[in-house]
Amino acid sequence: MLGEGIIKGMAVTAKNFVGSYRDPERLTTVEYPEQRIPAKENARQFPFLVFDGDNPMAGLRCVACQICEKECPPQCIYIEKSKDKKPDHTGKPQFYPAIFDIDVSVCMSCQICVEVCPFEAIKMDTEFELSTEDRFGGLLLHREQLAKSVLHHRKIHPTEEAEIEARRVEERRKAEEKAKADAEAKAKAAAKKEAVPVQG
Amino acid sequence: MRIRTYPFHPAIASARRPSYPPRVTDIMETPANCGYEVQPKALPDGAPEGDLLEVSMGPHHPSTHGVFRMDVVLDGEQVVKLKPVFGYLHRNHEKIAENASYLASMPYTDRLDYFCSMTNNWAYALSVEKLAGLEVPERAQYIRVITAELTRLMNHTCLIGFLVQDMGALGTPLMYAFREREKILDLMESLSGSRMMCNYMRFGGCRCDLPAGWLEQARKVTDEFPKFLDEYEQLLTGNEILMARSQGVGVLPRGLAIKASITGPMLRACGVDYDLRKVDKYGIYDRFTFRVPLGDHGDVYDRLMVRLLEMRESVAILQQALKAVPEGPIVDPKAKLRGFRPKAGEAYGRIEAPKGELGFHLISDGGPNPYRYRVRPPSLINLTVLEDMCLGQNVADVVIILGSVDIVLGEVDR
Repeated sequence: MLGEGIIKGMAVTAKNFVGSYRDPERLTTVEYPEQRIPAKENARQFPFLVFDGDNPMAGLRCVACQICEKECPPQCIYIEKSKDKKPDHTGKPQFYPAIFDIDVSVCMSCQICVEVCPFEAIKMDTEFELSTEDRFGGLLLHREQLAKSVLHHRKIHPTEEAEIEARRVEERRKAEEKAKADAEAKAKAAAKKEAVPVQG
Repeated sequence: MRIRTYPFHPAIASARRPSYPPRVTDIMETPANCGYEVQPKALPDGAPEGDLLEVSMGPHHPSTHGVFRMDVVLDGEQVVKLKPVFGYLHRNHEKIAENASYLASMPYTDRLDYFCSMTNNWAYALSVEKLAGLEVPERAQYIRVITAELTRLMNHTCLIGFLVQDMGALGTPLMYAFREREKILDLMESLSGSRMMCNYMRFGGCRCDLPAGWLEQARKVTDEFPKFLDEYEQLLTGNEILMARSQGVGVLPRGLAIKASITGPMLRACGVDYDLRKVDKYGIYDRFTFRVPLGDHGDVYDRLMVRLLEMRESVAILQQALKAVPEGPIVDPKAKLRGFRPKAGEAYGRIEAPKGELGFHLISDGGPNPYRYRVRPPSLINLTVLEDMCLGQNVADVVIILGSVDIVLGEVDR
């Protein structure tokens, strides 16, 4: 019958129309500023710099190795390495970024800086509401604005942070064992050296 | 013409910008017609001059799916001549990739066909793997197949939505398609962190492992999808208006399709059994049983139906793949993230993207960036037969013929 297909199609439309009122699962729209969909754990927006401890500038994990700057596809990172070394949160003297700027108007959220960083010093944030009146200066973020605590990263990416923490603990344990073994070997060698003249 | 420069950070500007000699555009006046001239009209026999009307459709026409222009010469309602004009979205993808490291052009491939970033990633990763001789672990192979087939579902549902919107079904089927796409986009986001610009695959595997519960979620979406397809088919395929509008319109002869190296659903709608998943068996496609739907007439309706049937096969592949995902590593341990330099050589990797054969041709001279990087975009090559399909058709049919080619301008212009 001519027109049968159209009637069938109308039935589908009617079913969907009624269903969208009846079934709460099908109400997919949320009232955005008041109501928010929680960010997915892997979600990525723009990078931030991780710091340990309480002092953002002293605790930055970044040692200004500039790998992310070289690998960044749209070249939105600018780093200037410090001339001197300052103690990091563990007290070990390290280089630090004298300037670390990210132009988030250029950044395309690809996460390559995060992947290539050997120090887990740069991570992706889930913050996306960055609108500002100053189009150029306001979107050029300096290291003071970029620094966020490791606790923030633990909050937004718990699984990843747990893995990193486990790896860091393991590395520290290995380093300590190695230091211990080295010290023992040194002590043994010293003892041997001392022992030789006594016998001779 | 003055070139507007972007106000970079002053330090970047001084450090990064060597002073180039003035460019051609600095010295020369740009010609008024931008170097492009409409060809003299080919008049049909006996037609008096002045009967023909030249219309420029686009570049901001809603039916062109982006910034694309067609210079159409009309005789009354019929198309006498059609000239596609593209390049409005050109952004130098190939040249940028030749100056960036291999890894750094992976996120740029997302932006080629911005509907199907996963398949773009796969094609690029495949050619680099061929170049560098990397092996992909089992688990990564399965993840790649799953993401690629999900992408195909996403692309085809939306394409059909856009196509029927071009025919005048204002929005309803498209909204249904977007509702289903949203579920797949959620999967993509929880997997890769981004909904559309996934940047997920890496040379020799994938970037990160599946998050907990992802497979169950994907299985749920896949199992519910046939229900939506039933609904979609009931809504569309039997509809008399759609049949009258699309059957026998924009016929592409089989011989021409083969000669013009058309690929993808457009070729299969002409009845040519050519699917790279069967022909090349790249990845692990030889392990799955699926059929390749073929059309008969090569018109707009066949192209629509081939895509609908293809989605059913994609669901079948997904169901097989989701059952069999093994445990294991996801990246080849030989693959290096930093300082990746494949040995000198040449490679061409191609996959069956939702739009057709997507290939990347790479030539390496042993350096950190490719010496030559070339994309074979299915959209552009499928677009070359647009005039042959449109000649003699009504001007309203040009819109749906273009819609049935399935182009994304990001890929056409690169």
